[in-house]
Amino acid sequence: MKTIKRRYLALEIDCEKMADSGEFMGAVWDALVRLYGEHGASQTGLGLIHYDSGERYAVIRTGHTALDMVRAALASMTQIRDKPAAVHVLRISGTIKALHKETAR
Amino acid sequence: MKRTFADLHLCPENRKSEDMIRLLEKASELGYGLVAMTFGQSVALAEIEKLRKTGKHIGVDVASRVDLKPGTADDLLRDLRRVRRKFELVGVSCDSKSVSRQAAKDRRVDMLFFPSIDFRRRFFDGAEAELASTGVASFEIDLRPLLVLNGPSRIRLLSSLRKEVAVSKHFGVPIIISSGVSEELLMRKPMEMAALASLFDLKQEAAIDAVSKNPVAVIKRNREKLSPGFVAPGIRIIRKGSDC
Repeated sequence: MKTIKRRYLALEIDCEKMADSGEFMGAVWDALVRLYGEHGASQTGLGLIHYDSGERYAVIRTGHTALDMVRAALASMTQIRDKPAAVHVLRISGTIKALHKETAR
Repeated sequence: MKRTFADLHLCPENRKSEDMIRLLEKASELGYGLVAMTFGQSVALAEIEKLRKTGKHIGVDVASRVDLKPGTADDLLRDLRRVRRKFELVGVSCDSKSVSRQAAKDRRVDMLFFPSIDFRRRFFDGAEAELASTGVASFEIDLRPLLVLNGPSRIRLLSSLRKEVAVSKHFGVPIIISSGVSEELLMRKPMEMAALASLFDLKQEAAIDAVSKNPVAVIKRNREKLSPGFVAPGIRIIRKGSDC
């Protein structure tokens, strides 16, 4: 069986009032479904790894083949819980360890 | 060599200097090295200069831009005569076919953009692209509508953009991707803009050029043209005097 390569994305969440992790992921899924449909979204293997509302920081995981889809969906996000928001990708890495090392730098 | 990323279409709504400075700070934070701020035709040159100095302090190179929205081709020619030497960038909002055609063939126009989301009012077809390819005009895509629209209107816009990008590539018209925003929360990083461009079938490399190489080339060309010693492309006055 083919191993699925993963990519980890460190994100910065830019909004006035932070949402909780469930609402944040709901907004990400919404953006994915709006752009690529349920079939496309199902191929991303999206998952939340870490969420820190205080630091406005999150780490998500996706399959490497769906990276472009996820980046486009994140860039298309303008709202989280009906409040204006933007999500910026800080770093992308193949391992969580390397991601933390790079974001700490 | 490190790429310089550019966003050539920032349009502050009320043209207050605080708003403009906030946009510049955000642009710098997002990794842009060059931005073009849209001014009204009657803006004082001192105001542009002041913003340029502020931009330099923040770490962003600021270029001046004017957006023309002429009703007819004659209006466009009149506006171009008046503003061309005042601004580093001239963009034309193509709301009618006659204006689009005139703008595409006029070498004083830097960028053509099509604000309408109605596909019947987007005139970037093969004839338009052919005219633009013989001139110097680039095809500018603002990403703001992609962010604020949803549902059928965004679907139709994506479909139009896909066709226009294909036409543009076929005729070799440079594509420039800009934000076209007035609010900071709608600004995106250059790589995020490139990621959004994948929605209308622009390959990653071409998309990155559309936010870096292509806009930087337009600014460089125009600054050279507006410099006092410019005679013709590649020819400039380096010394004046009786012994020359």
